[in-house]
Amino acid sequence: MTRRFVKTPRQRKLLKPVERQRLRQDLTGYLFMAPTLFVIGVFVVLPILFAVFLSVHRVQLLGEIEYEFVGGRNFQRLVTDDRVGIALRNTAKYVAIVVPTQTMLALILAVTLNAGIKARNWLRILYFLPTVTSSAVLTLIFMWIYNTNGLLNDLLAAIGLPTYNWLGDPAVALNGIMLMNIWSTAPFYMVIYLAALQDIPRSVYEASELDGATAWQQFIYITVPLLKPVTFFVVAMGIIGTFQLFDQSYIFSGGTGGPNNSTLTVVLLIYQAVFRNLQLGYGARSPSSSPLSSLPSP
Amino acid sequence: MNKLFLSKLTQILLYGVLVSYAIVTLIPFLWALSASFKPLSEIVSGEANFFPRSFTLENYRQIFFQEPLFLRWLFNSVAIAVSVTGLNLLFNSMAGYALARLRFRGRQFWFFLLLAVLAIPAQITLIPTFLILKAIGWLNSYQGMIVPSMVNATFIFMMRQFFVNFPRELEEAAQLDGLGQFEIFRRIVLPLAKPALAAQAVFVFMGSWNNFLLPVVILFDPEMFTLPLGLNTFKGQYISYWNYIMAASMLFTLPVMILYAFFNRYFIQGVTFTGGKG
Repeated sequence: MTRRFVKTPRQRKLLKPVERQRLRQDLTGYLFMAPTLFVIGVFVVLPILFAVFLSVHRVQLLGEIEYEFVGGRNFQRLVTDDRVGIALRNTAKYVAIVVPTQTMLALILAVTLNAGIKARNWLRILYFLPTVTSSAVLTLIFMWIYNTNGLLNDLLAAIGLPTYNWLGDPAVALNGIMLMNIWSTAPFYMVIYLAALQDIPRSVYEASELDGATAWQQFIYITVPLLKPVTFFVVAMGIIGTFQLFDQSYIFSGGTGGPNNSTLTVVLLIYQAVFRNLQLGYGARSPSSSPLSSLPSP
Repeated sequence: MNKLFLSKLTQILLYGVLVSYAIVTLIPFLWALSASFKPLSEIVSGEANFFPRSFTLENYRQIFFQEPLFLRWLFNSVAIAVSVTGLNLLFNSMAGYALARLRFRGRQFWFFLLLAVLAIPAQITLIPTFLILKAIGWLNSYQGMIVPSMVNATFIFMMRQFFVNFPRELEEAAQLDGLGQFEIFRRIVLPLAKPALAAQAVFVFMGSWNNFLLPVVILFDPEMFTLPLGLNTFKGQYISYWNYIMAASMLFTLPVMILYAFFNRYFIQGVTFTGGKG
């Protein structure tokens, strides 16, 4: 009887094959995850904790880096700084105009392309071209088109519309960037819509045709409602993307956010706060004050 | 929408809309391309002619002579983009496979942590990342550009979705044959994941090739610049020499255009992957 309760080393080994198997599975799993966990840990989790730390400190970047605890003072300065308000306003205006416009344009293009057009694949490849081109190149091309005696003004003059100093006039500079970005990102979302359109069963359209629905009614009462989840995704992605506007503003204004702060965005302000003025703690606070931090993930 | 029910008129209207949009898409590119072959005098005259009156290759020659660093920037961009792409393909698939198939403790936790990472905007981590790279002495270096971007949460999800729907039988058969988990991954899973890998590769490559925010923050030695940064400096130097700037832009766009011409199928697939499942 007693022999049953005394474990020889050999028996102990035999008793726990399940446990050993689990350990081996854990080991394999973590080996597969190791590079990811390393990068996410060092370059995402650590920076976030660091950002919280920085936001309540004053940082001296010149020479030796020094930190000094200042509590909520960075947040106070954030509220009193005019340029924070300007950057937030510019970014909000940019998001409010670009996101709906590019979403609608994408939807219209996708539905039009999907309406039994022969050259569909060719047009899709062509439309997608701006999406694969670097933002730096696109910005330079558009800056040239926006020149006072550039192509856009030539076109406007030709059809009798007023011309603008697109790069130098604070009233229109941000509009120029908006136009460019709608043009370059709408095709990306168009492809997403186009893929989603393939998943709508034809029978739905056929049934509505029997009921005498016109193409327009089908679009409003079938296509748009059925695409709602995709639209949600496209809008969420659009908001995230537009909030991070930086490259275009930076190149457009040579890093200043000018003319007269009209192209100053939140990310550009953060960049300037650190790399122009070297006021670090202040910079680390700005991003999390943007409405973006409260945005749900798509 | 059924083809039969479209009247001739709407058909014409549809083509009208599509062709005009195609023109709107192409004009900026053609305009830039034509400028890159024009002498400065023709550019300054401000005429809207798409075919250069005096065709010249001088602008391209000028870039290589006047900007000796151009080839260096090209090399930097290629080296960084290729390394980033290779590492992403390997690491994202490993993580995606682990999250989809391997049973290890903490899997759910890491899965949700990754979901959270997706929601974090880059600007929050920008400054701390700069300070971390500064602390380990990686500013102005290839590894500073490569290591922070060698995994990507979006594509880990894409790979996870792909492997979740992957038939299990092959792996089980390989297991019975006594293959280890890594061997199964390397010899059976990866080769079968080629479509997903191709879609991922083009996107990661493009993202790295066109990246502006990270290099503008961590690279400051002109020798280490990538092409977008170099292009921006170039613009600063030749402020109104649009013929040079456009020629440089075209040279910079060429590799991507070639890539796109051959692999456009994967670009579109990649969008659908991330769009449908992200």
